[in-house]
Amino acid sequence: MSTDSDALVLEVHDLVVRYPIPRGLTGTLARRPRQQVHAVEGVSFTLRRGEILALVGESGCGKTTTAQAVLRLVDADAGSISLQGQDISRTPRGRLRGVRRRVQIIYQDPYESLDPRFTVRRAVEEPMKIHKIGGDEPERRERVAAALARVGLEPPDLFLDRYPHELSGGQRQRVAVAASLVLEPELLVADEPVSMLDVSVRAGVLELFDALRRSGLAILMITHDLSTAAHYANRIAVMYLGRIVEEGPAKEVVNDPQHPYTKALMSVIPDADPRKHRTAQILTGETPNPVSVPPGCRFHPRCPVVASGHARATGIEERCRGEDLGLTERLPGHSAACHLAAGT
Amino acid sequence: MSERILSVEDLHVWFDLPRGGVLHAVQGVSLSVGRGERFGLVGESGCGKSTTILAVMGLLPPNATVSGRVLLEGEDVLAEGEHSARPHRWVDISMVFQGAMNALNPVQTIGAQIVEPMELHGYATGVGARERAGTLLELVGIGRDRLDRFPHEFSGGMRQRAAIAMALACEPKVLLADEPTTALDVMVQAQILGLLERLSKELGLTVILVTHDLPLVAQVCHRAAVMYGGILAETGPMDALYHDPRHPYTRMLFSAVPDPTGESDVVSIPGAPPRLDRPIPGCPFEPRCDRAFEPCASLRPNPISLMDGHEASCHLNDPALTEGS
Repeated sequence: MSTDSDALVLEVHDLVVRYPIPRGLTGTLARRPRQQVHAVEGVSFTLRRGEILALVGESGCGKTTTAQAVLRLVDADAGSISLQGQDISRTPRGRLRGVRRRVQIIYQDPYESLDPRFTVRRAVEEPMKIHKIGGDEPERRERVAAALARVGLEPPDLFLDRYPHELSGGQRQRVAVAASLVLEPELLVADEPVSMLDVSVRAGVLELFDALRRSGLAILMITHDLSTAAHYANRIAVMYLGRIVEEGPAKEVVNDPQHPYTKALMSVIPDADPRKHRTAQILTGETPNPVSVPPGCRFHPRCPVVASGHARATGIEERCRGEDLGLTERLPGHSAACHLAAGT
Repeated sequence: MSERILSVEDLHVWFDLPRGGVLHAVQGVSLSVGRGERFGLVGESGCGKSTTILAVMGLLPPNATVSGRVLLEGEDVLAEGEHSARPHRWVDISMVFQGAMNALNPVQTIGAQIVEPMELHGYATGVGARERAGTLLELVGIGRDRLDRFPHEFSGGMRQRAAIAMALACEPKVLLADEPTTALDVMVQAQILGLLERLSKELGLTVILVTHDLPLVAQVCHRAAVMYGGILAETGPMDALYHDPRHPYTRMLFSAVPDPTGESDVVSIPGAPPRLDRPIPGCPFEPRCDRAFEPCASLRPNPISLMDGHEASCHLNDPALTEGS
């Protein structure tokens, strides 16, 4: 991995986010213990210029909370979030505007993220007005047109005066991206950017993200879809119950997964070729409640290595049940948090 | 294909639009499904797949006009409208709706909600119905002791299982599942698909899986139909659709799906689906097709039989048209 610190856009270190659960009046009177949802428990990763990192996991794994913390939409309880070397995790809310310009988000549903009463021109121009950038009116108009061209809405004149309902889903998502780009952000957070779109147009929008990456943007992509991550991300971080359990080069993570959870996830992804029928390793139950995280490795109650007796046979079961292991490097730049020795 | 249980013949559905005009959502769909078969109906939003199965159930809204025949074990269930559809609905042919897990009644126990269709259709009552509700819960992988629980006490996957149990209450022969796993995580999706597969094997249940998700159909179904712009672009065995697609849309749709290894090229289909509120003289896919030729814009392609139940509505399969061009 390169150590060129100029290229480092985002560095998240030991991020912890917990949500308190309201006890209610009776709970408070009865002095029931305060409980918390351990949404993110010690997550660390870095993101460089010209890189897409995919945070992958099932619902409730903490991937969206991690993204919200990076966007300062929720506050971190511990850890640091550095944007180009500056820790933004403690920046007071009143001084966040500069940060907000530099970190932009693309939401999942372009049918809801655009104001139905705004034309495309206004939707893309508005962020510049809010941040008081982009110069005077004619200059802003030029920037709007340039942003539309950059996201593939060409010729821009054809789209400027249209309303969201006159656009297809893919076009709406491109408008949302254009509205971020006019602010010249350093980091783009894309939360399930294509899951609401039709299959036939997804690739086009993802190619747009790929082009933006190549032009130097850093992109944090939140997705539940490992196939999409495998195709478009440079690196993949797999999350489970608030932790990253595996992180590495995208194609290596999907083709040579090191953590039993990643292996199980890969085994249940259906392949479009009916002849390629993997033996699905269906984990029993659902992800445990992040209010009471299991002791030891948080995956051990569902882990096939433990359930099959393999952990006992290799003498690691006690550690699986008692010791919460962090990420350790298995292959160059590819880490996993598992007691099972690499390659077994 | 084994003995055919459900046939749809030249189905058309029109919707009257509130501001005038008519939307021709289904434009002549014909298909037949065998007993115990798992059949996929695949397509993108607006292609008419949900409308097709709602027509089969006789559940279209009042602004819809239907023509064609839906034969369930040889009997036309649409012949006399509600009068002929009602006796079969939920009894012979049943449905799990999109987002069914969020459509359960929050103030009624799961048990009561499974019992209700049985009592409504005179299938079972009282203790007998409750006994069967317990058996159904076990069949879908939930303990009988959960009968008196409320939906909010169940996880998303369990609520979806309960919705499937409800659909099976009156022992239907055909189960229509509309996007049954769309809102679920991959692991839970695998559990639900495994359940549908097991039910079709154990009960001899015919399952029609309606979805936009091609890989899901590839792994679960024997045969499938790919729908586009209100017509069936191609129908056939899953293997033939993937390895020998005879309609460009099928081929391009498969290419638009990323594979889990990240190796193959993913290509989106340019353009957008056609509007169905104005007549389309030719092939609805023509404007986006990479192999369109002279007759495609003006001549509507009819399904052309290839082999082994493989059919494609594409002029490329018609030697009389392709010769010389």
